[in-house]
Amino acid sequence: MSSVRVLVGTKKGAFILTADGARKNWKVSEPHFVGWEVYHVKGSPVEPNRIFASQTSGWFGQIIQRSDDGGKTWNPPGGGGGTNEMGFPMGESNKFVYEGEVGKHLFYDGTQHPWEFKRVWHLEPSLTNPDECYAGVEDAALFKTTDGGHTWNELPALRHTKGELWQPGAGGMGLHTILLDKTNPNRIWVAISAAGVFRTEDGGKSWKPATKGLNMQYELPDKSNEVGHCVHRIAMHPSRPNVLFMQKHWDVNRSDNAGDNWTEVSGNLPSDFGFPIDVHAHEPNTIYVVPIKSDSEHYPPDAKLRVYRSKTGGNEWEALTKGLPQEHCYVNVLRDAMAVDSLDQCGIYFGTTGGQVYCSPDGGDNWQCLVHDLPGVLSVEVQTLK
Amino acid sequence: MSLIRVEIPFHLRTLTKIEGREVTVEVTPPVTIGSVLDAVEAKYPVLRGTIRDHVSLKRRPFLRFYVCEEDWSNLPADTPLPEAILTGQEPFAIIGAIAGGW
Repeated sequence: MSSVRVLVGTKKGAFILTADGARKNWKVSEPHFVGWEVYHVKGSPVEPNRIFASQTSGWFGQIIQRSDDGGKTWNPPGGGGGTNEMGFPMGESNKFVYEGEVGKHLFYDGTQHPWEFKRVWHLEPSLTNPDECYAGVEDAALFKTTDGGHTWNELPALRHTKGELWQPGAGGMGLHTILLDKTNPNRIWVAISAAGVFRTEDGGKSWKPATKGLNMQYELPDKSNEVGHCVHRIAMHPSRPNVLFMQKHWDVNRSDNAGDNWTEVSGNLPSDFGFPIDVHAHEPNTIYVVPIKSDSEHYPPDAKLRVYRSKTGGNEWEALTKGLPQEHCYVNVLRDAMAVDSLDQCGIYFGTTGGQVYCSPDGGDNWQCLVHDLPGVLSVEVQTLK
Repeated sequence: MSLIRVEIPFHLRTLTKIEGREVTVEVTPPVTIGSVLDAVEAKYPVLRGTIRDHVSLKRRPFLRFYVCEEDWSNLPADTPLPEAILTGQEPFAIIGAIAGGW
């Protein structure tokens, strides 16, 4: 019997929601990492019981946690370096140090500002090796572990790709999206607010901006317009890695050539502002967004929580509302807070800043609230377990 | 060798899975702010980076160090600690700043 495990990161801890394949009856765990912000929790596709979590705090900094039993128990994965006489791990699992000279990026006041590590926004476990995982961090950079999270090392070439022209968005300068190509292990896309999309074809040794065709309302610091775009999220279907979808600060876009060129596909959306975007597990041209009224009013248009689905890869969108609140709704859905399962009937999941987690077990037609009073949801991932 | 009592804030106690508010660490003289923190991090390696920056060893902005109810947060790391700390009469207190948040 198949089952699903939903990994929810919130402002005050992580929660694990489980159900069988019918996805009707849900069990909600007690909180993990109580009181800490958990930006992201994601499991290895190779060994689903291995899960990485980014636990962070403005007071105490960054912690990487790892579970090897499906989220029942957690430890900072420093054990690879042995334990001290008291039995505590000796590893450096929390150490994220920029490679070489730290360098500077563009700051709010137009000056150059040194890169300063703040937190891990996104964890992307390898598609082939359970000991490998990428981490997207703020200030924006890409790190990788090859030893199960014991140590992390930067892939520094990314920051040398016009890094002096990257600047923080209002939420910070975070690397929030990492897409891995299952057909080509050397090809990776990352997205950064507010720098844009970058692609490597050589495993991170070199990168190039992948932003041509994106709309701009105002002049960018980069006169060539390659960097400086506030990309909120990109997504792809694993079977079709050349087709990318993007929710940008304003407008939804599509690329059919791996990011070389983008075309706007906002179509009939009531607002083209939003954060998450995802792709149906079995229909590569079916995509989902959650429109938000504007960048000044981070809540749904008309106070109605509506997921929009396009079965045509963009431009033509339909509102999905059954089971979602259609009045007095003023929540937001953050960029890492939407996911899909891969059961025969694809399930769609998202979490809100109001602490609700919703699931549609039928591709978006009907929704149920799995839990409604969690701390504000920062991220949602789902594992389909056979 | 001195046995030094160190008060640990809640979130770091849950991280290290220690019981109670305090831990005890052995510190080879001279007993200073820095050598006590070195001893805490040696005994509980997961705390490296959570009290002081990994590289610069600067105190994290929203943590404070209290000694005999006085704020020693901004004193140099090589500042010697007083007799009351050395004898265990008082703990060296690492406090999460009582300020804001969400």
